[in-house]
Amino acid sequence: MSTRASTLTGRIMSAPSIIVLFLWMAVPLGMTIYFSFLRYNLLSPGMEEWIGTLNYEFFLTDPAFFASLANTLLLVGSVLVITVVGGVLLGLMLDQPIFGRGILRLLVIAPFFIMPTVNALVWKNLLMDPVSGMFAWIASLFGLPAIDWFTNAPLTSIIIMVSWQWLPFAVLILLTALQSLDRDQKEAAQMDGAGPVAIFFYITLPHLSRAITVVVLIETIFLLTVFAEIFVTTGGGPGLATTNIAFLVYTQALLQFDVGGASAGGIVAVILANIVAIFLIRLIGKNLDK
Amino acid sequence: MENKQTPLGYISFSVFAWIVGLLIFFPIFWMVLTSFKTELEAVSIPPSFISFDWTLENYAEVQERSNYFKFAMNSVILAVGSTLVGLVFAVTCAWAMAFNPTKRTKDALLWMLSTKMMPPVGVLVPIYLVFRDWGLLDTRFGLIMVLFLMNLPIMVWMLYTYFKEIPTDILEAARMDGATLPKEIIFVLLPMAVPGIASTMLLNVILAWNEAFWTLNLTTSDAAPLTAFIASYSSPEGLFWAKLSAASTLAVAPILVIGWFSQKQLVRGLTFGAVK
Repeated sequence: MSTRASTLTGRIMSAPSIIVLFLWMAVPLGMTIYFSFLRYNLLSPGMEEWIGTLNYEFFLTDPAFFASLANTLLLVGSVLVITVVGGVLLGLMLDQPIFGRGILRLLVIAPFFIMPTVNALVWKNLLMDPVSGMFAWIASLFGLPAIDWFTNAPLTSIIIMVSWQWLPFAVLILLTALQSLDRDQKEAAQMDGAGPVAIFFYITLPHLSRAITVVVLIETIFLLTVFAEIFVTTGGGPGLATTNIAFLVYTQALLQFDVGGASAGGIVAVILANIVAIFLIRLIGKNLDK
Repeated sequence: MENKQTPLGYISFSVFAWIVGLLIFFPIFWMVLTSFKTELEAVSIPPSFISFDWTLENYAEVQERSNYFKFAMNSVILAVGSTLVGLVFAVTCAWAMAFNPTKRTKDALLWMLSTKMMPPVGVLVPIYLVFRDWGLLDTRFGLIMVLFLMNLPIMVWMLYTYFKEIPTDILEAARMDGATLPKEIIFVLLPMAVPGIASTMLLNVILAWNEAFWTLNLTTSDAAPLTAFIASYSSPEGLFWAKLSAASTLAVAPILVIGWFSQKQLVRGLTFGAVK
């Protein structure tokens, strides 16, 4: 059915989307790369000059970079572990017959729809506040001292908030995958005397492996650029304790007006994200051929 | 394992599951409850669960003091606007890719996906400067464009997976009967594609409503949506928990409802068809 005319129409019709996306991503990215080789500060306009890789040298040798890289990896890694393990467990749970399962599932996935700024401020104040927060009250019930979450464990606090937001995403996808699991296979294994643990490790988990990969890759891409939760709670602090790469680039660009340095940081972030993106795109591309 | 459950097992497992579920939901429940308290009760220890004077004054005060409605309107305009613009681009593009594929269609799809993988900080600086120079900072138009472009790959992908499921025989039959291209789209394709288009729109509204990188960085007041409004509570004066809760409850309620309705389609949209 693809005659030459229809191929041409197809090209014409898909062109606008491709062109605007190209303008939106490729052109600014090119500008970022160009800026990253300039001495360019918004506070001293007209003083731009080519300085080669100096911005990269500054950015990559800045102790703030290592701190924020470590924070980024810790944040992404911890949230991934929590959401994938929690997602598998909750997915298995919701796959069982439960009274009112439909409503229960709605409650479990609800956090995913909460806007990040609401998530962060509700957790910071209503739950984690060391004086009047819910956690402080619960601790007092057990005679424990209240934890000053954002002073003593700032990164952990961010990890908890972000995990709460992304856990439902993992649950949704893993539950969808679980529901496509062949029941007969499980029953056959049961007849052969396989216990629930064996069934989980030899049948369920392999079946989930693909969905887990998708969860890990997609979450990584979003988690590499967690921003709002940090912006409204800690502002990257105390010190650099909760500054991730995304937030570091933001402070350099919009607070210190160092366009060159921020651009170099942005490119580093792009490279980090691309390492993950390559795997994801390959995986999805394979799926497309089927 | 679940087939041979005793009634007792069913009940106790249900109780267990509901406890887990309610714990996960608790922050949202607590936020809604706090929004009906007075500011003093909101910070009282021990916290009051039911026995407090229920009040609606926080909702009134949020509107009076900070013109909540303006921000809500901005959120609606940005979410709906970016969705509608996106729809025009994405429907034509996905239609072409699904029904008139070329050798490069797959590459084009994957390339679109790859633009979604780009961390926004990678283009923050140039976009910010372009917005500043073109006077687009803090304008609804500028933000609609950003949100539209940000979500365009997801829209194209999602629509593409839906369009692929439409049997092409029907389209060819319509063509045989002399349907022109516009007629083919309007009378044959669209009716079959409406469910897919609807869920694509819902997902896009959710994503645009909750977007909190560009909306925080490119707005200050005029075009600021609810994400930015809520963020203004991060540097509060005096007691503010009940008001924060009221504002938050209003901000998340519509999306929670939409999200609950479209949870199945969400999986498809967010995994680019990799998990169905």
